[in-house]
Amino acid sequence: MNYLDFEKPIADLEKKISELNAIGTPQRDVLKPEIERLRGRVDELRSSIFENLTAWQRVQLARHPDRPYTLDYIYNICENFVELHGDRTFGDDKAIAGGFATIDDKSVMIIGQQKGRDTKTRQYRNFGMPNPEGYRKALRLMKLAEKFNVPVITLLDTPGAFPGLEAEARGQAEAIAVNLREMSVLKVPIITVVIGEGASGGALGIGIGNEVYMMENTWYSVIAPESCSQILWKTWDYKEQAATALKLTAKDLLELKVIDGIIKEPLGGAHRDYDQAAAALKKQLMESLKRLGKLSASKLVDQRIDKYSKMGSWVEA
Amino acid sequence: MSWFKRKDSNIQTETPKDMPEGVWVKVPSTGETVHRRELEENCWVDPTSGYHFPIGSKQYFSILFDDGEFKEIANDILPEDPLNFHDRKPYKDRLEQTQKKSGLTDAVKVGVGKMKKSDVVIACMDFSFIGGSMGSVVGERLGRAIDHAREKKFPLIIISQSGGARMMESVLSLMQMAKTSAKLALLAEAKVPYISLMTNPTTGGVTASYAMLGDFNVAEPEALIGFAGPRVIRQTIGRDLPEGFQTSEYLLEHGFLDFIVSRPKMKHKLSKLLAVIQHKAGAKK
Repeated sequence: MNYLDFEKPIADLEKKISELNAIGTPQRDVLKPEIERLRGRVDELRSSIFENLTAWQRVQLARHPDRPYTLDYIYNICENFVELHGDRTFGDDKAIAGGFATIDDKSVMIIGQQKGRDTKTRQYRNFGMPNPEGYRKALRLMKLAEKFNVPVITLLDTPGAFPGLEAEARGQAEAIAVNLREMSVLKVPIITVVIGEGASGGALGIGIGNEVYMMENTWYSVIAPESCSQILWKTWDYKEQAATALKLTAKDLLELKVIDGIIKEPLGGAHRDYDQAAAALKKQLMESLKRLGKLSASKLVDQRIDKYSKMGSWVEA
Repeated sequence: MSWFKRKDSNIQTETPKDMPEGVWVKVPSTGETVHRRELEENCWVDPTSGYHFPIGSKQYFSILFDDGEFKEIANDILPEDPLNFHDRKPYKDRLEQTQKKSGLTDAVKVGVGKMKKSDVVIACMDFSFIGGSMGSVVGERLGRAIDHAREKKFPLIIISQSGGARMMESVLSLMQMAKTSAKLALLAEAKVPYISLMTNPTTGGVTASYAMLGDFNVAEPEALIGFAGPRVIRQTIGRDLPEGFQTSEYLLEHGFLDFIVSRPKMKHKLSKLLAVIQHKAGAKK
């Protein structure tokens, strides 16, 4: 298990418990009450740490290397998943995965940014940073869903659209822009959930939904805190202040009326219990699918456009 | 023998004493000077080198609208500080100072008027206002511009110059990409023409939303246009970028622009295009 810096007190205690557990049988019975006491202490510590997470600590959790990714959720929640590949023009972007599947016998199109777990797969998935063909693949899949009248679920988890030379040459900006426009008028329900990192246009490029949710320990913002620090403070050192200032946690976005709800994670983060995290996500998806399934195609489009038309904050003189 | 030796030969010491302040303007690309009146008559383009001086909404409106006349709309939408954002400076102070310095209320202005006697809505960004960054006000004003164009069936021109989304409004800025793109989808359904004109620079969330969604995507010569900034790309890929990367000419070559138009020819060319698609371009005109 990987521990984050602020989890160090928990890690220390857990290490001590496993040391005590490793001691031979005769003494173990004597130590039992002590082990129990330490276990209780770990639970208390975890509760108190996770009740008061700072914005930066949420960012760290959202990036946790053991965190469930798009395909983890798909395989946990869905049956009959048929992954589909390619944008039909340039290639197949491994940083975005998607396809048709069923959830409790209901057909869905499910698409998300996909990160890798080790050095090799991280490179294979380009660290979850899509190229233009990834956005174009996603749109192709969404149009297929529209054609067959199947609702769309998108899972957001990216440190950003890939800032590369070829990405620019192939029109990164154009690919994202077209997705924003086309998703806003798609004639089937779209449910969007931030499951990890929601970094700017790279996340939004598959994130225009009738309903938008965030898992509890995720972030969503116009820029990553490190880059914000670099631009506004001219140094990388203010990432924690930047994280707070950017109001990027699920709670912040709910207050700003950008999202519709927060999906609770297991104590300690989604990576502590995949099944529990996936069950919470599935529960929300089923509720949303049921609600949006009652709306006609034109109502869905109207509702979506109306939702985004209201966003922002200004005064009218 | 002198204490200080000039190493660069093309340094201009100062404007000649007998010239009033600011009448001669230095051209950054060549180091030559040009008379201000000559510049203004040529749409702030150096007649010798073709260098396009950065200009804002005031100048673009005077270039494009007939007799420079237009009615401003959506100017009652004004910025606030929804996140109570503080970096080295509070956003509130930044807004106030920029408003005072620029004489603008935010980074886009919307005008409705005639261009070659034909109705048009023109929204023009101002880079001088916090780097032309797109926050809630830019998104909302553009939204109103698009709605107005759709309701009146007037062609829409959006002139972009922007470093991208405004960080100080964080996710609310990001959502303006969604808002403007959604409104443009409705404009497209209503078959109202939209020309996106990109000027130096057009980057980030602005490029990745309305700037790339024109029926016609056009640009001024040699403008920087892209999604990620060149510095970020250089850091990511760890090598130098090719000459001319992310310029208008590069985008035209890669299929993302319909054409490049220099400022003095802009009004004529855009009017001609709109006249043709609106079936108003008879031979006698």
